[in-house]
Amino acid sequence: MSKLFSDENKAAFTSPLNLNNPIAVQVLGICSALAVTSQLKPAIVMGLSVTVITAFSNVIISLLRKTIPNRIRIIVQLVVVAALVTIVSQLLKAYVYDVSVQLSVYVGLIITNCILMGRLEAFAMQNGPWPSFLDGIGNGLGYAAVLVIVGFFRELFGFGTLLGFQVIPQFMYDAGYTNNGMMVMPAMSLIIVGCVIWAHRAYNKEEK
Amino acid sequence: MEHMISLFVRSIFVDNMIFAFFLGMCSYLAVSKNVKTALGLGVAVTFVLLVTVPVDYALQTYVLGPDAIVAGVDLTFLAFILFIAVIAGIVQLVEMIVERFSPSLYAALGIFLPLIAVNCAIMGASLFMQQRVTMEPTNAQFIGGFGDAIAYALGSGIGWLLAIVGLAAIREKMAYTDVPKPLQGLGITFITVGLMALAFMCFSGLNI
Repeated sequence: MSKLFSDENKAAFTSPLNLNNPIAVQVLGICSALAVTSQLKPAIVMGLSVTVITAFSNVIISLLRKTIPNRIRIIVQLVVVAALVTIVSQLLKAYVYDVSVQLSVYVGLIITNCILMGRLEAFAMQNGPWPSFLDGIGNGLGYAAVLVIVGFFRELFGFGTLLGFQVIPQFMYDAGYTNNGMMVMPAMSLIIVGCVIWAHRAYNKEEK
Repeated sequence: MEHMISLFVRSIFVDNMIFAFFLGMCSYLAVSKNVKTALGLGVAVTFVLLVTVPVDYALQTYVLGPDAIVAGVDLTFLAFILFIAVIAGIVQLVEMIVERFSPSLYAALGIFLPLIAVNCAIMGASLFMQQRVTMEPTNAQFIGGFGDAIAYALGSGIGWLLAIVGLAAIREKMAYTDVPKPLQGLGITFITVGLMALAFMCFSGLNI
């Protein structure tokens, strides 16, 4: 049991959460991060889907890594990922239909999400199934964390709600406060991600 | 014909791949350091879009759609796997053709050519096409034939090209400015793209 949680495995799990964050540091998987974050709920669902898909595709590829011929590995990886994405997309349609409509093509676009290909190439092709699983979960959660931060600010300032519940009280509106319609616009998500990266880099510099 | 022109103009300015949907963000951010390579990648993306979208349109209409092969069978859930296979295959084909007939262009594009396979803009265009096929024919975004599919693909590609060349030009100028240390590189690029997207939003009222 202690071997399962050795320092190395722990590092595979924790480093992508902060120091090696897929969005802020590795610059992977930006497309969907920007498009689905206008509210908190789709951001959470998207983050979870990516976490699950990354973890399981990492495990599958790591199990197959010795049998895949090197020349066709990209195609094999794409097929594994596409199959997993199809399953997740059907599950979302079955259980959370409204969110699945909101996410529209971005669920399908998880296939071309660079986080998946990046982690498969860089980690799962060289490591065993268990560390690969942890690496997948870690990277997925690191991605989800940024999505949730961006989604939090956009929904709070754009709609005055969180997860659909009114957070900003009525008397503030009576006093002249208005929702910032700009926040709902896609353009603002770019600027917020830019600020998150700024804060992340400034903070991690102090630590070193 | 009128509808094709409107579709073409709309997909360049209103439904711009980068500024409205954030597709192809990874290579957009990575390859926009100078105008020349940006232009090369933009042309390659436009070309691949121009081939893949009509092919995927044919697949959607004659193979996947409801009642296409056997009456009462809807194979749409297989779209992800089929589309990504078509894209990967066509990118491979394009690579071979370019290498055979124009070695100079092949050398100029280098690694970016195979990487187009995992560019979300390509997959995204096919998935949007799939959505638009089911829309009402009166909708400005409706795609109802090969002509429409080609117009949409060409417009999306040119919109992407326009966006990446614009950002590359701004980044070339920005190399000489004094940006706060943690914001340098990725952070400021995000904010620049955000501001460009805000500028592009003025087209959203465009009614053709």
